[in-house]
Amino acid sequence: MDTTAVKRIPFFRDPSKLAILYQILSIAGVALLAYYLISNTLANLERQSISTGFGFFAKESAFEIGESIIDYSSADSYGRALVVGFLNTLIVSLIGITLTVFLGSFIGIARLSSNWLVAKLSAAYIELFQDIPILLQLFFWYAFFYEMLPSPRQALNPIDGLFLCNRGLIFAIPAWHTAFLYAGIAFIVGLIIIFFLKRWVAKQQEATGRSFPTVKVSIAILLGLPLLAWLVSGAPTEMNTPALKGFNFKGGITISPEFTALLLGLVLYTAAFVAEVVRAGIQSVSKGQKEAAMSIGLKPGLVLNLVVLPQALRVIIPPLTSQLLNLTKNSSLAVAIGYPDFVSVAGTTINQTGQAIEGVALIMIVYLIFSLSTSAYMNWYNKKIAIVER
Amino acid sequence: MEETPPEKTTQRLRPPIRNVGILSWIRANLFNGWFNTILSLVFAYVLFLTIPPFIEWAFINSNWVSTSEECKASSGACWSIVTANIRFILFGFYPHDLQWRPLLAVVILVLLLFYSQNRKHWAKSLAYAWAIGLFSMGLLLKGGLFGLVSVDSSNWGGLPLTLLLSVFGLTAAYPVGIILALGRQSNMPIIKSFCIIYIELIRGVPLISLLFMSSVVFPLFLPEGMSINPILRAQVAIIMFTAAYIAEVVRGGLQGVERGQYEAAESIGLNYFQSMRRIILPQALRIVIPPSVSILISAFKDTSLVVIIALYDLLKTTQTTLSDPKWMGYSSEAYIFVAMIYFVCCFFMSNYSRKLEKELDTDL
Repeated sequence: MDTTAVKRIPFFRDPSKLAILYQILSIAGVALLAYYLISNTLANLERQSISTGFGFFAKESAFEIGESIIDYSSADSYGRALVVGFLNTLIVSLIGITLTVFLGSFIGIARLSSNWLVAKLSAAYIELFQDIPILLQLFFWYAFFYEMLPSPRQALNPIDGLFLCNRGLIFAIPAWHTAFLYAGIAFIVGLIIIFFLKRWVAKQQEATGRSFPTVKVSIAILLGLPLLAWLVSGAPTEMNTPALKGFNFKGGITISPEFTALLLGLVLYTAAFVAEVVRAGIQSVSKGQKEAAMSIGLKPGLVLNLVVLPQALRVIIPPLTSQLLNLTKNSSLAVAIGYPDFVSVAGTTINQTGQAIEGVALIMIVYLIFSLSTSAYMNWYNKKIAIVER
Repeated sequence: MEETPPEKTTQRLRPPIRNVGILSWIRANLFNGWFNTILSLVFAYVLFLTIPPFIEWAFINSNWVSTSEECKASSGACWSIVTANIRFILFGFYPHDLQWRPLLAVVILVLLLFYSQNRKHWAKSLAYAWAIGLFSMGLLLKGGLFGLVSVDSSNWGGLPLTLLLSVFGLTAAYPVGIILALGRQSNMPIIKSFCIIYIELIRGVPLISLLFMSSVVFPLFLPEGMSINPILRAQVAIIMFTAAYIAEVVRGGLQGVERGQYEAAESIGLNYFQSMRRIILPQALRIVIPPSVSILISAFKDTSLVVIIALYDLLKTTQTTLSDPKWMGYSSEAYIFVAMIYFVCCFFMSNYSRKLEKELDTDL
């Protein structure tokens, strides 16, 4: 018999066997917890005679929603009410994201300005808006619109056709005319032309080495084509101006105080974080890169486009996305100031139907879809821009 | 014989007047180039338009201690809304003559925070001090022992509640977050996927959905007749939420520890728990101190969301004061006061985190 044979390791010292044991235990633990919670919940639901499932979608909602971009009345179903809420969340997020990116980049660049006053003011802005809870800022702006601004009769009228009062921001829009439809089509056509133009320019440059003023030509196409379409179809200039009728304004477009306060709060808060992200991104590109680009004879615009921005964006994009996702998630605070976003509508639905589990699950699913699609995009983007190492 | 040193022939030149002093500083920092000159002028004009009226409103025409009637008569800020209701804003419905207790709890917390600031004090004794401190804070708020009258948690409110939710939230969430991070890094596929699902799920939803869950769904999870008070429920939601974020931060720290350290720990025969406890975690946690402070800051700000499920935190007590017909219409003043409290706390914490980042950076 071989006496030097290794003694068998007892299973409680063998990591691979222990791993199996731990995993079985953790599955059992989670399953037990789930069983306990589900059985309790079912018992509670039965006792309180709360119905389950998503049957309430088709039922009449019987509540009004303050603002909606699709037709909605209290006679419509819960399903439609939730769609209205979802669209409202989407609108405020999309507009908010666009404004935030612009304002945030602007402040981030201003933070690095050689002008002392501008740099210090941006630093103060960033510090101030980052350190005050977003909810408090929303309350502040909402109260500002309700208390500081006058009633519609004494509405502020800084520019002709624009009114600011405690019913919101009211301004004139061009009256509807088919010319605008044609202009819109012309804009889309312009985008398509630019897409092909870019490919052509890239090919030309590969072949001949000559550059082409793509940006200027693109801007000219984007502005010129719709303008041409508008001129050709009769150049209508009629405006739909708001006018005071009784206690409120008629005509024009009204942006409610809730929406304005929410948008303002979200944009000002998130822009402070975006500014820091942009600043860090710009600072991450070493000076040598810029100097090297200049020394091989690139023009300043090309230095920015071909050397600095691609490197800075690699640093900026991931945290920027997470900040913009935060903006989307923070838009759920609309419920606190009465803007009918998805959470707010779902909250009302929960109160009326008593189906809390379905309601909260819906909220979570909607936001998870936002987050997961964003992170899927992020992973794709990170792969695309990752430095290819030798 | 003494030799006199040769007389200095060099003459000290004063720096050119254009390069020193305030004027040159202004030239270099505000008016270097036409673009910066325009910027400076525009911003100076905007400041000129906004700052003086604000100072007039906030300080010169303002009322500090007055009745609401006097406020209505004046054009300035009405800080009286804060001074007249300070105790309600800070302590909520806590019994009036017992309010020294939450005050003392807040003071203990602030002292602990200040003491912990200094890295020289970071030792085991500090952990004990925190344990004792947190326990005595809870005891002061709750009472019921050592002759302290018991105060029901439904009366807790204001600043102590805000601090309680954020500090206890972070303290309790930290161990959970570390476990989640270790789970996510482990090579056991099932545990790993549980942790990933939890972390991504929580990070993908807004805190408010978890708070909703704690207030409307959680009661359904409990067996009949059992109930948990709303503050604890909100606290659990905040802990669950914060833990997911801490897990991601700690994961960053774990990835920051060199591979050689893991291998070295294994090669001297330490098992998984020993190597984590003795080798990996001490290094990983050290890396993640600054981001942890940022999490504390966001947790502190995020606790204000409990307003939405009707807990009387600092923001809710302020709103309640504002709904008093006597003080209606002075929300700017009240909100500015609360904003200042939040700002001062967050400002110190973020400055501290930046300082710490620099210190730790040079050591490594």
